[in-house]
Amino acid sequence: MIRFQDVHKSFGAKSVLAGFTLAVEDRETVVIIGYSGTGKSVALKHVVGLLQPDAGDVIVDGRAVSTLQRDALTALRREIGFVFQFAALFDSMTVFDNLALGLRRRDLSEDEIAERVREALALVDLTGAEESYPAELSGGMRKRVGIARAIALRPRYLLYDEPTTGLDPVTSAVIDQLMVRAREHLGVTGIVVTHDMRSAYTVGDRIAMLYDGKIRQVGTVAQIQETEDPVVRQFIEGRPA
Amino acid sequence: MIERLGRRTVDAIKVVGRFGHFMRDVARAVPDVAVWGRLTLLQMRRVGVDSLPVALFIAAFTGVVLALQASYTFTGTVPLYFVGTLVGKTMMLELGPVLVGLALAGRVGASMAAELGTMKVTEQVDALETLAYDPYSFLVLPRVLAGTTMFPVIAALAMVTGILTGWLASLVLLDLSTQEFLKGLKLFYRFKDTWYGLFKSASFGFTITLVGCIVGLRTRGGAEGVGLGTTRAVVYSAVLLLVLDAFWALVLLR
Repeated sequence: MIRFQDVHKSFGAKSVLAGFTLAVEDRETVVIIGYSGTGKSVALKHVVGLLQPDAGDVIVDGRAVSTLQRDALTALRREIGFVFQFAALFDSMTVFDNLALGLRRRDLSEDEIAERVREALALVDLTGAEESYPAELSGGMRKRVGIARAIALRPRYLLYDEPTTGLDPVTSAVIDQLMVRAREHLGVTGIVVTHDMRSAYTVGDRIAMLYDGKIRQVGTVAQIQETEDPVVRQFIEGRPA
Repeated sequence: MIERLGRRTVDAIKVVGRFGHFMRDVARAVPDVAVWGRLTLLQMRRVGVDSLPVALFIAAFTGVVLALQASYTFTGTVPLYFVGTLVGKTMMLELGPVLVGLALAGRVGASMAAELGTMKVTEQVDALETLAYDPYSFLVLPRVLAGTTMFPVIAALAMVTGILTGWLASLVLLDLSTQEFLKGLKLFYRFKDTWYGLFKSASFGFTITLVGCIVGLRTRGGAEGVGLGTTRAVVYSAVLLLVLDAFWALVLLR
């Protein structure tokens, strides 16, 4: 279980999170929606300790992330797969090595690593792409490799940062299917940050809207679709102010 | 005025604090040999072998110029076999390490700052962390170790090349015999000349690669940030290298 507990975060004078509180239950996928620049990705990075909160904390299975020592933080990170907005693949490595890198931090033989890489690439329909370099792939393929890299670790938690941003509708739908497939095959707990409502409705068990640094509303897909909150309505309908 | 002075003082203290944190994180990464060991060999190849052509090119021409300038200065006043003395001493004590250092500050320091800066702004450094790697053992230690160990090797080869081309120039252009050149070369030679030059090179390698890594990992703001960081890394490295050069002369040659 992941709990954001009254998280505050500012960058200089700009307050991004101001009392962000949200609980994500085991084996559910929560989608965090909100306007660009409202701190959705910032919230996500707190879960793996890439950012430290100014106040409050993120609690993962009873562990307060900001208080973890180096080794404990590394152990926590081994349980979490993170899919970055622009995939963040290592340019100088092949697709195989991108996937194998995280696996080499676990006690696995090279044969087991190769098997895991093969399985993960098959899950994202990229069998045969092992020897390609990231520069040779399209944007959608890079995102799929990013997802495969996270899946290959067989994590308990999967965090997706804007997985469909910048993709065409068909590729977005493919990515959505992958996220659903990952949840069903691996039974992982997921947090998806996005402002793509179609994607949110497809992959989310619950949807939470981040607004003014805190959660404006959280509910099931149906509850969000039927909301009467004017801010949430405006956002999900994509109406200009 | 007082406010500005205060702000500058605080900024300077922050820089020292950040450097302290950085060095602490580097020290913490040392036990992670399984990660940095293999990568250091790769970096040694990149820093060492790939930098050799430019270093030897510079050294070769420096040797020739030194021989010609020495002959121009000594003719009519000092015996010409002192050309060997000047070429040897200057290549070992100063020009070998410093010219190679300055050239590699541009080549190695800039490339490290640009590479790590690009990794930083494209979230590859964050990705490394989420894969349970410490960026200090994966990125920083291999580069700094490679710089510290390979710069003396490059400088040694540059010294030999400079002395060889100085000797060839003396033979062909100055009508000096090999015996005379060697007599001058050996005249005031002390073993300290060699280790001093090599030690200095190691300190330059350490500084240049450390600056490249610090600047690279602090890069912000996309392509423009990477460009600024790269320029900054070269300028800081060159300035620190010259300061360090004077420092070692003061500490070790007095």
